[in-house]
Amino acid sequence: MARFEERGPRFPTVQPVRVDKIHPRAQALRRIVALIAVVVTIIILLPVFVMGISAFKTRADVMSSPPKVLFRPTLEGFMLLLTERAVVSPARLEELQETAKEGKLSLFERLALDAGMEITGPSAYVFRLRNSVIIAGISTIASVVLGLFAAYAFSRFRLRGKDDLLFFILSTRMLPAVVVTIPLFLMYRQLGLHDKHLGMIILYTVFNLSFSVWLLKGFIDEIPKEYEEAALVDGYTRLQAFFRIVLPQAASGIAATTVFCLIFAWNEYAFALMLTSQRARTAPPSIATMMGRGGIEWSAIAAGSLGFLIPVVIVTFALRKYLLRGITFGAIRG
Amino acid sequence: MATIQLSKVEKKFGDLHAVKPLDLTINDGEFVVLLGPSGCGKTTTLRMISGLEAVTGGRILLNGKEVTWKHPSERDMAFVFQFYALYSHLSVRQNIAFPLQAQGMKREAIDKRVNEVVDILRIRHLLRLRPGKLAGGDQQRVALARALVRRPAAFLMDEPLGALDAELRESMRAEIKNLHIAQHATTVYVTHDQIEAMAMGDRIVVMSKAEVQQVGTPVDVYYNPSNLFVARFIGSPGMNLVKGKFSGGAVRMAGNDRYEVPPAWQKPLADSLDGRDEVILGFRPEAARVTPDGSMAGEVYATDMHGGHTVLHVNICEGEIVHIRSDRQNTYPMGTPIRFAIDPEMVRFFNPRTEAAVRREAAR
Amino acid sequence: MSQVELKNITKRFPTVTALQDVSFSFEHGEFFVLLGPTGAGKTTTLRIVAGLEKQDSGTISMDGQNIDTRTPAERDVAFVFQQYSLYPTMTVYDNLAFPLRSPLRKTPEPEIKIRVESATEKLRISHLLKRKTAQLSGGEMQRVAIGRAIVREPRLFLMDEPLSNLDAKLREALRVELKHLQKTQGSTTLFVTHDQIEALTMADRIAVLNEGEVVQQGTPDDIYDRPATTFVAQLVGTPKINLLAASRQEGTVHVKGSGLCVPAPRLALPETFLMGIRPEDIRPDPNGTFGAVVSLTEPLGVETILHLKAGELPLLSLVPGMASQRVGDQIRFTIVQEKLHFFGPDNRRIAEERT
Repeated sequence: MARFEERGPRFPTVQPVRVDKIHPRAQALRRIVALIAVVVTIIILLPVFVMGISAFKTRADVMSSPPKVLFRPTLEGFMLLLTERAVVSPARLEELQETAKEGKLSLFERLALDAGMEITGPSAYVFRLRNSVIIAGISTIASVVLGLFAAYAFSRFRLRGKDDLLFFILSTRMLPAVVVTIPLFLMYRQLGLHDKHLGMIILYTVFNLSFSVWLLKGFIDEIPKEYEEAALVDGYTRLQAFFRIVLPQAASGIAATTVFCLIFAWNEYAFALMLTSQRARTAPPSIATMMGRGGIEWSAIAAGSLGFLIPVVIVTFALRKYLLRGITFGAIRG
Repeated sequence: MATIQLSKVEKKFGDLHAVKPLDLTINDGEFVVLLGPSGCGKTTTLRMISGLEAVTGGRILLNGKEVTWKHPSERDMAFVFQFYALYSHLSVRQNIAFPLQAQGMKREAIDKRVNEVVDILRIRHLLRLRPGKLAGGDQQRVALARALVRRPAAFLMDEPLGALDAELRESMRAEIKNLHIAQHATTVYVTHDQIEAMAMGDRIVVMSKAEVQQVGTPVDVYYNPSNLFVARFIGSPGMNLVKGKFSGGAVRMAGNDRYEVPPAWQKPLADSLDGRDEVILGFRPEAARVTPDGSMAGEVYATDMHGGHTVLHVNICEGEIVHIRSDRQNTYPMGTPIRFAIDPEMVRFFNPRTEAAVRREAAR
Repeated sequence: MSQVELKNITKRFPTVTALQDVSFSFEHGEFFVLLGPTGAGKTTTLRIVAGLEKQDSGTISMDGQNIDTRTPAERDVAFVFQQYSLYPTMTVYDNLAFPLRSPLRKTPEPEIKIRVESATEKLRISHLLKRKTAQLSGGEMQRVAIGRAIVREPRLFLMDEPLSNLDAKLREALRVELKHLQKTQGSTTLFVTHDQIEALTMADRIAVLNEGEVVQQGTPDDIYDRPATTFVAQLVGTPKINLLAASRQEGTVHVKGSGLCVPAPRLALPETFLMGIRPEDIRPDPNGTFGAVVSLTEPLGVETILHLKAGELPLLSLVPGMASQRVGDQIRFTIVQEKLHFFGPDNRRIAEERT
């Protein structure tokens, strides 16, 4: 094969690498593939990008066709999303304009003023956002903590019917959510859990448990039991060994599980829509139905979506160091 | 026919030197062992020869033709791994036939070759089984069969006996060597076990910290180690190395032991020490003999029973312990003072600064 | 330290009986080795002594007291595992301090410091105290694992093949260190291994285990010079003992399939039996009685293993130094008759004198 006998790599190699991967053609090919991957990623992220910039457009800009790429950014969308407004009398309007000149109005208040309105208080959305935080947060914590203890037991102890139990736990995920919504609705109504925070928390916890038990069991299986046995012999109880040894080592697994559970609970739409109305409604159903004076408030929806996206992105980013290890789902240990 | 030549072959990972520039010629039919502790670069060198690892410098030639950048499958070399790397979903027969199928050989030709090879390795009775059902030794035989069936120009083996029980290692060692003698195939073998290297190698390449320390036959590296590392590494236990000062034709060690340097060594020693007097005296455990009129003295600290013989741990001074090979007849309880003599033919000297051995013949 | 006694320990797992009626005991300060191939039940025995597994029947006592019902923590034993015993998220110092910080002990910090420093000095790892364990080499990790056992000053050390995962040279060095340490500290140790060299060099006494049963107990000399079964004879000694099928005719023992014969010993030999000759007792000798061809030489430096073929019979011979024989040479050899071993058809040693 005269193809690449004489030539070496064009770029230096710092990782262990096989000969055929060094070939200049192979290296060039890799770069092209990388480029294609970047282009595809951009295309896929385009809708998210559009939504993101829409959050900062004025009502008019949002609706314009063809879509405006260059525009004057404003926080009007956020203002519309987060506040309740009322039309004010001309007298009050003048008062407010006076206060504005003195610089005593907040940004949102000035934006409302431009539309001839006055802010009367936070919108229902803010309230729903708070529900989302409470419900998703608590259910995530609950499912991870309970899942952790269950996973440890499944991993370390000899239980009768263990395999059956594990399968049963997994089977709760096999039904599409829609199928159980009606029975759940009826059940919740009977129990008085309809439209209550507790109801949603319980539901999300249970739904996430199957996932977290399976995922965490995989991670804990990977931790050699010699670690705890050494601690047992040294005088620790199993619980202490669990906290001091297993937990630190399972950190990446716990982080990965937390993120996945959080994403599910945070973004959950179907159950939230059906099983809540006023008091416990979370953000996802409300973003979609945001109505305004002149119809659908696109800039508010975009602002809501963007704002909703941010917390999950922050959490994932904060835990990325652990996730990178955890995502390999306990691949071969070196 | 397979002569492998490595010319200034080097592997760097960024600034880290995994293998420093290395020159080596492996002759046709030779069994060459790359020997050294973990991390010395021996496995990386083997992988570069096979193509599983790309070199960052130097050239590799097979029978005079350059193969440095050739795909592993085009180098006509078979690789045997430490952990067998058998396909667990295929039967033994399919495992062995696999490389030939990959090359596109015809069914009849494949069957013929497989039959030959299973008889050589005596695994015919295992053909239908899956690797998961076999014991370690049998799995390794299947791996060897898979390599053998290709009739490659060279065999590359990466610690193939490492995963086996001590007992099995002995018998497989002889099997592999017998195989080599019968096939007369060029073999490059990597191990960290110097007993394996000595038993099997025609030549041994002793490596440490990415560098070649010495290349030689078992006799060479055993009787004439070129530096302290080789002296310590080869032999079980390794060579005894005692610090001392050379003056007045003798080496004085701590504890007032005095060793008369044999006449043949007087001049070479004086020359190589270059005015300094620090020297290291080396002797193998079997080169020392317990005798009442020996010139060295010490106290027995412990006795190791090794089956047919014993090894005495003798404290010669302030924590300096040497090993002396002894027979089972004489027993020395802990604390017994003894004297011993060193065979003048077997004594060696080393320069403590350069760590190199002092050569008895005058430097050319 | 304690006198430890195991009586009739039996342990069954769903698919296999791991231990059958295992009994042995050892004294204060003894280095007792459990030797056997993989799967013999050595690790199971160790775990039962530690309390990590429960035996199905039989008793364990320490210093005369039955400890069957005690938890691992209450037994005051230290366990050194083959691997995975150091906590990767902690420094070496914290790893060594860990056992002392347990709620059972609640050792005050200044005392912990003293104990840890003394242990690291003995094992020559004082310079590693601040390192994270993931950065250590294999040998260093095992030293730390041993250090963690030492700081506890327990009644009994349990070691599960701690040297198996190390390089050959490192194993040698650590073997010597471990033995010195045990002798100077006087610690009672139960040590498990499949490597017979480790067993012979380190042990005060050995128990050989095979398929869950104790096959022989004794000092290294006992095990080597008077193996109770062919299994023990083949397990201990490198190279492996030559086991030859033989029969007796009048005053001589004839080896089947070859011309080898030796004067019959004063033992009650059955019709057919096995004769064991250790390789070092087969000596090349120009004036030797028997002939063979050299099929392979393994020069080890200090000695050479010669693979011989006497007719169809394969034999192993061990000669000192670098042998001059080459493959294909015809040689003559003698057999050292005082060291012959005889085993009956049941593979047990024949020791009864002929009446």
